[in-house]
Amino acid sequence: MYGWIWRLLPGNLAVRVFTAAVLVGLVAAVLWYVVFPWIEPRISLDMAGVGP
Amino acid sequence: MGDLSITAGLVILLFCAYLLWGTGSYTAEQQVLLQRQLIEGGKAGRGHGPGPVRLGGAVALLSIPRLGDDYRYAVVEGVDQDRLRMGPGHYPGTAMPGKIGNFVLSGHRTTYAAPFGRIDELQRGDRIVVDAREARYTYRVTGRRVVDPTELGVIAPVPDQPGKTPTRATITLSTCHPRYSAAQRLVVFGALDQSQDRLKRPE
Repeated sequence: MYGWIWRLLPGNLAVRVFTAAVLVGLVAAVLWYVVFPWIEPRISLDMAGVGP
Repeated sequence: MGDLSITAGLVILLFCAYLLWGTGSYTAEQQVLLQRQLIEGGKAGRGHGPGPVRLGGAVALLSIPRLGDDYRYAVVEGVDQDRLRMGPGHYPGTAMPGKIGNFVLSGHRTTYAAPFGRIDELQRGDRIVVDAREARYTYRVTGRRVVDPTELGVIAPVPDQPGKTPTRATITLSTCHPRYSAAQRLVVFGALDQSQDRLKRPE
């Protein structure tokens, strides 16, 4: 999968590394700010109170 | 397949990092709002709902010197998921700060800034200071115990003696135990030691 993406990236090595880093950053940001905040309340690993 | 497994591993790692550090920024934002509410005199915090403080309003300022001089959290009214993300929550219906009965607070252990992350370090006799509108109440830690999540007796007006009428003011802090788990609850008990009225501002 990563090999395939890498081959699709245009430009020389430096440009490719830069584009790859931006892509990784984008994915991480979407996970951190959108996906994780949505998922976290649904699994709630850190219950604090007593009772039902 | 190998690629996918590695990706899944990285995503899970990132999620753990989010739980530990990312969730705290939300709590920090909410704490600023709650503490401002307290300073402004609880105008927004009072008046609606069944209790003296509406759900989601700021109840008092909690400080625990053992956990650091800058350990300070505004206590929010309510202990449902949404409130506990804002800071330590007060069980609606349990006593208000300094009043006869049990002032029961619950807080996260590892996520959302982990307000009760280190309450296992509290020793008997340690001060728990609660700054309410009208007075500063100082409780002293009397004990600590690990209980099952179903053990409701710890939040009774007289801890462990449900149904009994309280004669003194106590405090109960609860959080999850062991750390990173929701299997049990760590509970710290305290009793009111001192109350100091605030000087009235001339009106």
